[in-house]
Order: sequence, then C-alpha cells, then structure tokens
Amino acid sequence: MAGGSDGSGSKSSTEMEREDPEMEREAEDERADEEDERRRVRLVEAISALRGGRKKPLGERSEAAVRMSEFAVTAEGERQKVQLSDLIGGAKDGPAVPTQTRKQLQNLRRSQKTVEQPLSRQESERVQRDLAFQKAAVHVSRWKSVVIQNRKAEQLVFPQNQEPAGPKPLEKVVSGWKAQTPLEQEVFNLLSANKQPIHDPVLTPAEEASLRAMSLEEAQIRRAELQKVRALQSYYEAKARRERKIKSKKYHRVQNKARRREFLKQFEQMVKTDPTGALEELNKMELARMKERMSLKHQNSGKWARAKAVMAKYDQGARRAMQQQLELNKDLTQKVRSALSTQEEQEEDAASEPELLPDFVNDAEPGQVSSNPWMRGELSAEPAEPQRSEQEEAGPAEEEEEEEEKEVDEEEELLREFESRRKLRQEEEQEEPAGEEEEESAEEEEGLSEFRSLFKGVTEGLKEEAAAPANSAPLEEGLMRIRTVEDVELLPPEDTELRPPTEAPQPPPKEEAPPSGKKARKKRKRDIELKEVLTKKAKTVTVPLAPTTTDAADGSDEELDQRGLIMEAFAGDDVVADFLKDKRKQEDAAKPKVVDLTLPGWGEWGGQGLKPSSRKRQRFRVKVAPAEPRKDQRLPAVIISEQRNSSLGAHQVSSLPFPFDSHAQFESTVRTPLGRTWNTERTVKKLTKPKVLTQLGSIIEPMTEEELTKNKEKKVLAEGAGKEDPHKTKRQKRRGRKDGPPKKTRRPTKGRC
Amino acid sequence: MKVKVLSRNPDDYVRETKLDIQRVPRNYDPTLHPFEVPREYTRALNATKLERVFAKPFLASLDGHRDGVNCLAKHTKSLSTLLSGSCDGEVKVWNLSKRECVRTLQAHEGFVRGMVVRFCGTSFFTVGDDKTIKQWKMETPGYGEEEEPLNTILGKTVFTGLDHHQKEGVFATCGQQVDIWDEQRSSPIRSFTWGVDSFSAVRFNPVETELLGSCASDRSIVLYDMRESAPLKKVIMTMRSNTLCWNPMEAYYFTCANEDYNLYTYDMRHLEKPLMVHMDHVSAVLDVDYSPTGQEFVSASFDKTVRIFPRDAGHSREVYHTKRMQHVICIKWSSDSKYILSGSDEMNIRLWKANAAEKLGVLAPREKEAANYSQKLKEKFQNHPQIRRIARHRHLPKSIYHQTKELRVMKDARRRKEMNVRKHSKPGAVPVVSEKEKHVVTVVK
Repeated sequence: MAGGSDGSGSKSSTEMEREDPEMEREAEDERADEEDERRRVRLVEAISALRGGRKKPLGERSEAAVRMSEFAVTAEGERQKVQLSDLIGGAKDGPAVPTQTRKQLQNLRRSQKTVEQPLSRQESERVQRDLAFQKAAVHVSRWKSVVIQNRKAEQLVFPQNQEPAGPKPLEKVVSGWKAQTPLEQEVFNLLSANKQPIHDPVLTPAEEASLRAMSLEEAQIRRAELQKVRALQSYYEAKARRERKIKSKKYHRVQNKARRREFLKQFEQMVKTDPTGALEELNKMELARMKERMSLKHQNSGKWARAKAVMAKYDQGARRAMQQQLELNKDLTQKVRSALSTQEEQEEDAASEPELLPDFVNDAEPGQVSSNPWMRGELSAEPAEPQRSEQEEAGPAEEEEEEEEKEVDEEEELLREFESRRKLRQEEEQEEPAGEEEEESAEEEEGLSEFRSLFKGVTEGLKEEAAAPANSAPLEEGLMRIRTVEDVELLPPEDTELRPPTEAPQPPPKEEAPPSGKKARKKRKRDIELKEVLTKKAKTVTVPLAPTTTDAADGSDEELDQRGLIMEAFAGDDVVADFLKDKRKQEDAAKPKVVDLTLPGWGEWGGQGLKPSSRKRQRFRVKVAPAEPRKDQRLPAVIISEQRNSSLGAHQVSSLPFPFDSHAQFESTVRTPLGRTWNTERTVKKLTKPKVLTQLGSIIEPMTEEELTKNKEKKVLAEGAGKEDPHKTKRQKRRGRKDGPPKKTRRPTKGRC
Repeated sequence: MKVKVLSRNPDDYVRETKLDIQRVPRNYDPTLHPFEVPREYTRALNATKLERVFAKPFLASLDGHRDGVNCLAKHTKSLSTLLSGSCDGEVKVWNLSKRECVRTLQAHEGFVRGMVVRFCGTSFFTVGDDKTIKQWKMETPGYGEEEEPLNTILGKTVFTGLDHHQKEGVFATCGQQVDIWDEQRSSPIRSFTWGVDSFSAVRFNPVETELLGSCASDRSIVLYDMRESAPLKKVIMTMRSNTLCWNPMEAYYFTCANEDYNLYTYDMRHLEKPLMVHMDHVSAVLDVDYSPTGQEFVSASFDKTVRIFPRDAGHSREVYHTKRMQHVICIKWSSDSKYILSGSDEMNIRLWKANAAEKLGVLAPREKEAANYSQKLKEKFQNHPQIRRIARHRHLPKSIYHQTKELRVMKDARRRKEMNVRKHSKPGAVPVVSEKEKHVVTVVK
C-alpha cells in the first residue's frame, strides 16, 4: 500500500515541482523516505541470508520504479476494463484455492446481473419516512386497548393515577413503616423471632423450611394438605362470620338453644369422663348465673322493654318477646344441678357447714316468690293485685319510696292482664270449634244444601243493604271494599242510577248484621249458628278500617255522628250519581250512531207535511259497525277516554333517535325510572353515576405509560381468573415470550426491506 | 271522655344519627306507580329549564395588556397561574384566584409568538418576532433584581411556535423549519424540513411524548418522530390549518383548527380521511385546546366566539360570546377541566366555566346527588322535542346568526347543484364524496 502511494506520489511530484515550492519540499522528504526504505529492505535481505533459509533473491523488474508493487502494474491495453476472468484466471488452477471458492467464482462468472443504481435522495428519504411512519403507527397502536376501554367505561374518574381513599393493604403500609414505639418493637421482635409472616405470604418461613427438607412428592402432598387446611379454615371462618352477621333474632335464639342443649348433653358425658373439665364448665355456668343475678338484663326493666310494654297491649309479638326475656332470665338464674355438683356440694356442706350460707339463699323459694317475683322468673299470682291496691291505699309516702317497685308492679299487672286475656281467647277458641262440631253432628241429616241457600240469602241481603248507603255516601266511602266490583256488576246499572239517595244515613253493615242474624236464628232455631257466620263476615270487613275501636257501642254512636255531619256538609253533592251519569254520557257519545242520509224531496215530492218514504229512509240509513268494547267497561269507578290529546303530541318523540335500533328498546329506556321515588337508594346511586368524574382543584395529567401497564395487568388477571396459580404463571410466561421478542425481530426485517 | 290518639314507635321512623338517610316507608312495586314516566318527564323538563336559567358561564375578564393577547400558557403545576403574551412583546403572569396580574415583563420586541411552561413549572420559554428564544424563571425577581431571561438563544429566522416535551429537557420550535432543541445547547439537535417555507404551530404529543405535529403554510399537517431523522407523513388539506392539539387521553387522535371554519379530528395512523368534521364556526378557527379529560375540546375563532365540542360530535354543545369580545386568538382549557381561558384581540383574557350551568365550589352530598339525577334525566329525555328545543337554544349575536343562515343556504345550494349535475350525467361520472373526504387533498408519504 505504502509503495503504491509512493509511486503515484513520485509521478505527481515531478509534475507539481514547477508550480509549488512547498510541494517541492514534500517531494524531497519523500525521496529521503525512499532512501530509508531501500536501506531497510537491504537489511532484511541480509538478515534472511544470514539464516540461510531462502537464498533465491526476488526477481528484478526492469521498470523505473525503485520497488515494484502489484498494484502499480500497468495493464497491457490501457483504458481497457479489467474483466473478472482476468483476475480469476490465475486463481483457477492453483492448488491453494479451495474448491468452494472456485465454485463461487464460477457462479459469479455465469451470472450477468449488475447491481442497481442507488436510489435518488428524494426516493431514499421517502422510503425512510415511510418506514419511520409505520414504526410510529405500530408503536402508537399499543394504546388501542386503553382507549377502547376508556370509551366503553361506565365512569371515568380523573385524575387517573390517584391513590384509592380506602384502607390500604397491610404490605403497602408495612413496607414504608418502621416500628418506633417500644411496644411496636416488642411485637415485631416477637414476630420475627417466631418467624411469623408479616406480609401475609402463602407460607411462613418455618413452613417453607420444612417443605424444603422434604422430597418433592412429599412436599407436594404436604403442600396440598396445607392448602386444604387453609381453605377449610377460611371456609369455616367465613361461615362463622356469615352466621354472626345474620340479623334474625329468631335464628340466633334457635341456635343458642341448640347449642345449650348440645352443651348439656356433652356436659353429662363430661361428668363421667373428665370430671375436672366438667367442674370448670360448672364454674363457668355458675359465674354466668351470678352475673345474671347481678344484672338487670332480661328483667324487662330497660328502655326496650318499656317501649315494648307500651306496644304490648296491641302487639302479640311484643308480649311474647317480653315473656321470652323473663324465661331467659329464669333459665339463667336456675342453679345447675348435676351429679358432680351435688356430690361436691354435699362434701362441701359436710366440710364447712357453719361457714357457708345455706344453699336456699340462692334458690328461688316459694315463700319469697310472692314478695319478689323476679327471683323466680315467673309472674306473681293473682293475689298480688289486692296487695298492691292495699299498698296504694296505705299512703303516698310509701309509694314514693318504692317507686321502682310500683313500676314493676304496673308492668306485671299489664302482663297479667295480657295473660288472662289470652287465656280467655284460647278458651273461646277452644269452645268455638267444639260448638261447631256439635252442630255439625246434630245437623248431619239436614245436609249442607240448606246452609248454603240460607247463607246466600243472608249475604245478598247484606249486599243490598250495603249498596244503598254506598250511593249516598262520598266517593271515598265507596272505596271501602264494602261493595266490591262483583257486587256492582250484579246490580243493573239503571237501578243504581234511578235509586233515590236514602235520606237517613245508614249505619255500616257491621251494625246491621247482628239483628238480621238474630232474625234468621229466630226463623230456624236449631239449623245453624247464623250469628257465627255473620259476625265473622262483619269482622273481616271492619277490622282494617277501625283498628282502634274496642267498644262497639261507643264507636257506632260516634261514627253515626260523624257520618251525619259529613252528610250534612255535602248534602247537595251526590258525587257518585254524578260520576255515573257522566260515565253514561261518555259511553253514549262513543257509541256509533246510525247516519241518516235521506234528502227530503230528492227523487220524490217534498214539502210541508211530506215525509220521505220508508223505503228510501231504509235505503239511505247507513249502519256503522259496532265499536270495540270500552276499556273501562269493567271498571265502575273509572272513565277511560281514548280520544287523542293533541296537546300531548308536542311532547312526544316522532322518530326513533339515533343510537336505538327498535322502538321497544327506546321505550324501555324511557320507561325505566331513575328517581328515588321508584328505586332503592343503591339503585339510584348506580343509575345516576356521572359519566366523567373530576375532582375540584386537582390537576389532571395526560395519560401515562403506567396506565398502559396497569391495563395489561388487568387483562392478564381477567383472562387468568378462576385458574390455578401454576397455570396462570405458565401462561403469562408464554404470552410474555410471544409478545416480547417477535416484535423486535419483526421490526428489523421491515427495516431491511 | 275517651281521646283517641295515634301511637307509633319512634324506632320505626327516627334516624339513629343525623348522617343516616331518612327512613321513608315506601313500596317500590311498579304497579303502584303508574305515572312514573310522566313524573320523570316533568322533572327532566324542569331540570332543562333550570339549566338554561343558571347558565352563566362568564366569570371574569383579566385586563392589563396594552395590545392584543397573542398566546396563553397554562402553568403545569399550579392551577391558579396563567401566562399570557401580547402583540407588543409583553408577557404577564396572572393569579386567577385573585384575578390580578402578579408580574409583567417585556419579553420580546414585536409579537410574543409562542410561550410554554417547562414540565416542572419552574421556568417558561417564549419565542418572539425578534428571532429569539428566551427562558425565564417562574419566580418573580426579588427587589432590586432585574428582569432577565435565564437563557437567550438567537435564531436565524423568526420563530412562530413553541412547545415543550412532557418529561425531558427538550423543546420544539417552528418557523422556517421545525427544530428540536436541547435546553443545554444553543443550536438545535435536530431540524426537520420537507419543502415547506413556514410553519404556524408545533405541538408535542402528551402521551406518546416523542411524537410531534405541526401545521404548515402549504395547507399541510406534518407529523414527526423526535427520534427519527426525517418527518413521518403529511396530509395536505384544502385550506390551511392554524393549530392542532393532541388528545391528552387518546394517544393517536389530534384535532386541527382550520381556516375553512371547521375543525378536523384525525387518527394519526389514517390521515386519508378525518374521523370527524366539527362544524359551527362562521369564520376561521384560530386555536383549539383539549379538555384534560380528553372528552371535549374548545375552539377559538375569528368570528368572536368560543365553542365547545364533544370529542365525537359534529356540532358544538356550547357557544360563548360577549358583546365586547373581539376575535379570539388563543384559548386554553384549565388543567382541572373546570374552566376555559380565552385571549382575544381587544387585549382581554376571559375566564369561563366549562359547564355553563355548573355550580362552583364544594357541593353537599345531596346537592351532588340532585345534580347527577337531573343530569341523567336530561340525558334520558334528550330526544323529546320540547326538552331538546330548550336545551339547544342559545342566543347568538345577530351577525353570527345571519352568517350561519347564509352559510347553510350556500351549503344547500351547493349540494343541490351537485345533485342536479349527478342527475344529468352518466351514472358514476360524478361520484358522491363524503364531507369527511372533501377536505383532504392528498396524503404525502
């Protein structure tokens, strides 16, 4: 290389000498270099000769150059192109050239193709741009899933990467937190010393260590076992939690009772098998009993009990609840007697009789019951009332002193009253079926047909009586279910309209019923208890209307007065009749009418006193098809108008709006109410969730890469949900493999082409 | 005499704490509520009317500039700070909560063409007609200190636009070419040219932070990747685009404000046809900015109005104007998505509410619920004619109203003519060109 450059340099230097003194100086330097080179070559030759390896000197060439170089050889025919064959020719036969190279050379010689001209700058730039764009487009497309997800989302909350407000998982808190107070440090030391998990891993370090010690199969089995145990544990925990959350008192009561029963059973066994354990249990029970005796719990003296006592008069449930409380108290305060305890007690008694109090102090004794009923857990006997009255008579001073006691007495009295009433009712109930049975047995010969007919007649009488005041009474009165729809239908409409409103206010059928029943009974003495039937009927009608009435006589008087007052006030208004008239008018108006198209004097003589002939009248009378049955045909208290209201048209949608496919779809969306008047609180919250939620005064940053990774994670989770862990990890790995490298490989290939 | 009294157990109707919901015994059986639709309709109608009653979007006008406001910049970290540059080279820093100017500085000679706050919020950049880029501290200089830029870069040509990278110390300017600058260097690290002589705006993509878009005077929009040596692609439209803005939530969508009174939303991967043409302005649209939620954008126009468009709607949902507001040059949507700021020719900056009828400030939970409910009702019944009529009604200045009408007439006439031509020529000779395709001339690779 150096020689070649030298040769050309010497040529050029001779040309340049005349022009430039500087170049001249350079040429001189070069000449000196050449001298050095020559000397060096001679030295190398001498040295090689010394070794005696190769004595044959290099062949001399008869050219002007000092040293020949293979590159500086001038071709024979100047200006001729060097052919590939010229270069290859020498290499073809030489043994040093491997056969592979020779083959390649041959192939080269055969192919006539030439390399294309390089692209113009514009073209290459264009290709570059295109590639860059494709790359950018692919890169940007990774946001697609996020964008679609956000567009479909029911609610978007901004700013997006906010920390959730709720409680954080333990690991997050612990990771950035150190034990500071001595107590915390102690706890942490304990945890770390016992190798207890702090971050809630699957296995504790101890468990992991033991796993490591086992063989793989054993470990797998053990692991499965552990998992099962954990699952069971969590299952039971969940169950217990669920049961604890059940609000039903009855459920808990039943549970408690069952538990107690179970416990008692076990206890009896325990006495036999494990006396010390049984003794402990016994002590526990004794403690519970003591606590119960000390506290006022279950003694119906609390706020709840007072509230219940108020309601107890009307509410059977309240009464029962109070009773149950008392029973509970009784149960708890009862001393548990078992073989074990009795034995011990006997022993103890024997050992320390003088020291301890006698056992009856704690027991509820019949002698003390009358003075303190709570000790026994039962209601005091009837004679308690006279005692109380005596006390009251005795003096107010004493009353003030024993106010509490008095309160208790009052409650007690109340309860007693309930009880007595209940007893009475039970007796009645017991009597009633008995009486009926008797009658039935007596009446068997006569048969049921008579009873039916009689009953029917009585009910009809009732209906007629009920219908008469319904006409005269105000509209609301008519809706009192005294007259049902069927009843009205039974009546001919003309009748109801024509019937004059009765002058005197009629009492409700409830009052009427008994006398009619009496009459019936007078007529047929031993047939059937008509009173029974009718009173029952009357009850079902009146109870929901007047729940507070207790005395029938007083109530009827007052009601009568009220009714009279109302009648007086609305003397002129006959609302029901008006309404019916109105309805009739509407019905008539809607009925199709016969159209008379006869023209007098058309085709025949007309004039005063002349009528069109009957034939003609018949011919030109157009009969219209009968109208469809009215919608309010079977609704006596309703008028449904089917005429089109033009003012409504302005508020109605005329064509199907854009995103909807069908009318039904649109109508259903409109029909679904959103407000809290028609939906539960939770539903309303869900329905009225705003589409975009922003926070006041917080900067919303543009979308970040984190969102992308979060989205990917979410996807993976969603896809792998419900699968076991190892599978999931495998799949993740596989996906990772699929996603990662191919992209990389794909891009360069594009770059190449 | 016996007095009858109703007795009730207070447990059934008294709340335990005042935070509890009032217990209202209610039967939700739908058969008992036959009139729920009419009742809700009435409520929706009332809500719509009330919305129009309470629609008072204009909040404040910030005056102080001595020439038209040419550019605005949001502070990246503080909601209450706004920067504005005017046509006389003055930059003002405003405190929006106090509605007063806190700092004034003479940044350039001639227009302040572009201004942007660095992502960290400690400094901001301005470019002006004096061929300089200046970096300023955000803090007000102390007493006795002179108002001096941190850095000044002298350019060869006038810069017309400026934008800063979202995370790195890199910014882009445009003028004769699009330059990418490192903050530490005084010469651009990269220059993009593509046979265009002047650009009007350049914007970084806030999501894919290495991508840029620019509007050129040859009616084209050019896209770049900062990492590549050549631009990516360009689309040539029938008229020039003034600015563009990327959607901050959806990486590949951007909207450009065009001289032909429309805005166009493009998917950067498919520039052949815009996704949506947003019409309503009656003059050139000068500026556009996206809401930080990416759901809506606001545009400023030469027709003296500001309009708010939903991202995927062809027509605006709101138009703001006042008697005194002249051509609106620049517009910004505040970063909490509650306010809109507009700078206009008559030297004022105006502060608007993004939702005209929204109640500002902290709302009680019940207020919030009521607002949500009425909003849903309005949505539910939005197709009913009366409600739609009331919800859509806006008062417009006479000139704009008439011009809208005129434009409609013109458009109809053109369409009619086209239809007639098609009717009287060989089938297929006059193809139907959709509105979206009409405005794109070519896409150059």
